Amino acid sequence: MSGPAPEFKNPIVRWIDVRLPVFTFMHHEYRGFPVPKNLNYFWSFGGMAMVALIGMILTGIMLAMQYTPHVDHAFDSVERIMRDVNWGWLIRYIHMNGGSMFFIVVYIHIFRGLYYGSYKDPRELLWILGVVLFILMMATAFMGYVLPWGQMSFWGATVITNLFSAIPVVGDAIVTWLWGGFSVDNPTLNRFFSLHFLLPFAILGVVILHIAAMHVSGSNNPKGIEPKGPQDTVMFHPFMTAKDTVALIAFILVWAFFVFYAPNYMGHPDNYIPADPFSTPAHIVPEWYFLPFYGILRAFTADAFIYWPVAWLMTPKLMGVLAMFASLGLLAVLPWLDTSRVKSCSFRPIYKWLVIIFVLDVIFLGYLGGKPAEGWYVPASQWATFYYFVHFLVLTPLVGWFEKPKPLPTSISEPVLDTDSSK
Amino acid sequence: MMADISQSDDQNEDVGRRDFLGIATLATSAVGAGAFIWPIIDSMNPSADVLALSSSEVDISTIEVGQSITLKWRGKPVFIRHRTAGEIAEAESVALSELIDPESDDMRVQKPEWLVMVGVCTHLGCIPLGNKDGEPKGEFGGWFCPCHGSHYDTSGRIRKGPAPTNLPVPKYSFLSDDVVRVG
Repeated sequence: MSGPAPEFKNPIVRWIDVRLPVFTFMHHEYRGFPVPKNLNYFWSFGGMAMVALIGMILTGIMLAMQYTPHVDHAFDSVERIMRDVNWGWLIRYIHMNGGSMFFIVVYIHIFRGLYYGSYKDPRELLWILGVVLFILMMATAFMGYVLPWGQMSFWGATVITNLFSAIPVVGDAIVTWLWGGFSVDNPTLNRFFSLHFLLPFAILGVVILHIAAMHVSGSNNPKGIEPKGPQDTVMFHPFMTAKDTVALIAFILVWAFFVFYAPNYMGHPDNYIPADPFSTPAHIVPEWYFLPFYGILRAFTADAFIYWPVAWLMTPKLMGVLAMFASLGLLAVLPWLDTSRVKSCSFRPIYKWLVIIFVLDVIFLGYLGGKPAEGWYVPASQWATFYYFVHFLVLTPLVGWFEKPKPLPTSISEPVLDTDSSK
Repeated sequence: MMADISQSDDQNEDVGRRDFLGIATLATSAVGAGAFIWPIIDSMNPSADVLALSSSEVDISTIEVGQSITLKWRGKPVFIRHRTAGEIAEAESVALSELIDPESDDMRVQKPEWLVMVGVCTHLGCIPLGNKDGEPKGEFGGWFCPCHGSHYDTSGRIRKGPAPTNLPVPKYSFLSDDVVRVG
C-alpha cells in the first residue's frame, strides 16, 4: 500500500525515529497513504469536523478557566466573559457558533456516507464508530448548552432529562440520579460541566479509532468501487491535503462570518434571560441541530396513528423516547438494512432519489420540531416521522432487491480516461 | 505406567483446581469492582444536604377562596389552591370513566377546599399555567401546560394532551388549620 520506509536526512529526526518511529508512521499514513484519485469536495468534511473539534477543545479550555459552574454565578460568569475578559467575547462566540459549525459539517459528512454508500462492506465498523461520534457529539452539545444557565438552558435540561422518566419502574429513580436532586439544580449543573469537559476527549479518542479504521479500508469514493492499483490513486499528501486546505479555508470563512456578523443568529434570545425554575418559557426549542429528533419525539401523541400499533404496550411518551433513540440506532444498522451491493448512488437510479427525499424529510422534521405542537404541524410531524422509519425499514431493504443498477465502470481510471473499452 | 497415571491424575486435579481458582478470582474481582463502582454511581444521587431540604412549611391562612400560591419544595413548585365550592363540585362530579388517569377527587385531597399538588407537568416537566390570576386555565378550568398542550382539571387531573398522569400529590400534612407541611 505504501512505499518503503523513508530515509530521513535530518539526524535528529532519524535519531528519534529509530527509537520511536513517529515520523515513519506519519509518512505511511499521509505521504504514503493512497486515496482514490476521484474524491470530490464531499470528502473534505471529515477534515473540517476534525478542525471544528480542535477549535472547540481549545476555546472550551479557555472558557473553562473563566466560567463558574454554580447556579448563582454561572449566568453572570458568562456575561463577565462577554464583557470583561480580554477577547472573551471572541472566544465564547467561536465556541458557541463552533457547535453549530461542527454539526453542519458532520451532517454533510453523514450525507456523503449515505449517498455514496460509504457504510458498506468493508467500512461497516468505520460507519458505526461515526454513529457513536454523532451520539457523543449530541450529548456533549446538550450539556454545553445548559452551562450558561439561561432560560433555554434550564428548561431544555428539564425536558430532556425528563425523557428518562418514561422508562417503566426505574424511570423516576434514574431521573433523580441524573439530577442529583429533585429537580435540575446546582448538582446537575456541576456534573454537566464535568461531563462537558470530559466528553470532547472521549470524542477525540473515538475520532482516532474512526481514522484508524479508515486507514485500513481506505477512503470510499464517488464511484463506490475500490481502487485496483496505483493508477487509481494519489497520495494523501500533498494531493488531498492541498484540496482539504481549500475546503478548510472556505469552512473557516463561514465560521468567521457567523462569529463576527451574526453571532446569535443560531441561538435563542430566551437564553439571555437567567434561568427561572418557576417560569417555563412559552415555547421551548432545542438548538437547531436537534430539531429533527425533537420532531420525532413529539410526534407520538395519544391520538397519533403511528402510536396505535403500540398503544396496548406503552405510553406515547415512552414510545416517543424510544423512537427518538431508534432513529439514531437505525443509522448504526444501515449497513445491514441496505441490501444492494452497489455503493454509490450515482449508479442507483431509484435509491438516489430516496436518499434525497430522506434528506428533505429530515429537514422538514427539523422545521416541524421548531414549531409549536399545534394545528397542521402535529399530523405533518407524524407523517414525516412515519416516512423516516419507512425509509430505513421498508424502502432501503426493498429497493436493494428490485432496483437495476446502472453498469459499474471496471475501474476508477476508466471513466476518467474515457478509454471506452468495456462498454 | 504408574507414573503416567499419577501424572494424568495430577493434571486433572490441576485443571479442576485451576478452574476453581480462576472462577474464585473472577468472582472476587467482580465483587471488588462492584464495591468500587457503587459508591461512584451512588455519589451522583441526592446528597444529604439536598435531602435535608426535603420538607417545606407554609401558612395558608391568608389564601382567600379562589386563590392559589406556589411553594418551593425540593426545587419544584407546589401548587396550593383554596378551591371554590364550584370547583370542588365540578371535580367531584366527573365520572372516573372519563379520566385518562382515573382517580376520584377525594383520593387527591385531605380537605376538599385545599388542593395541594406538585406543579410540574407529568409530560416533560414544564410548569403548567393557571396558578396565578389571568393565566390560562385550560379547557377544564384547572391548569394548562403551554409546552405541549396538556389540560388539567380543578383536581389537577390530566384530561387532554400528551401528559400520561395526573399532577402528583406530594406527602403533606396540616400541622394546624393554618399551617401545611409538604414533604
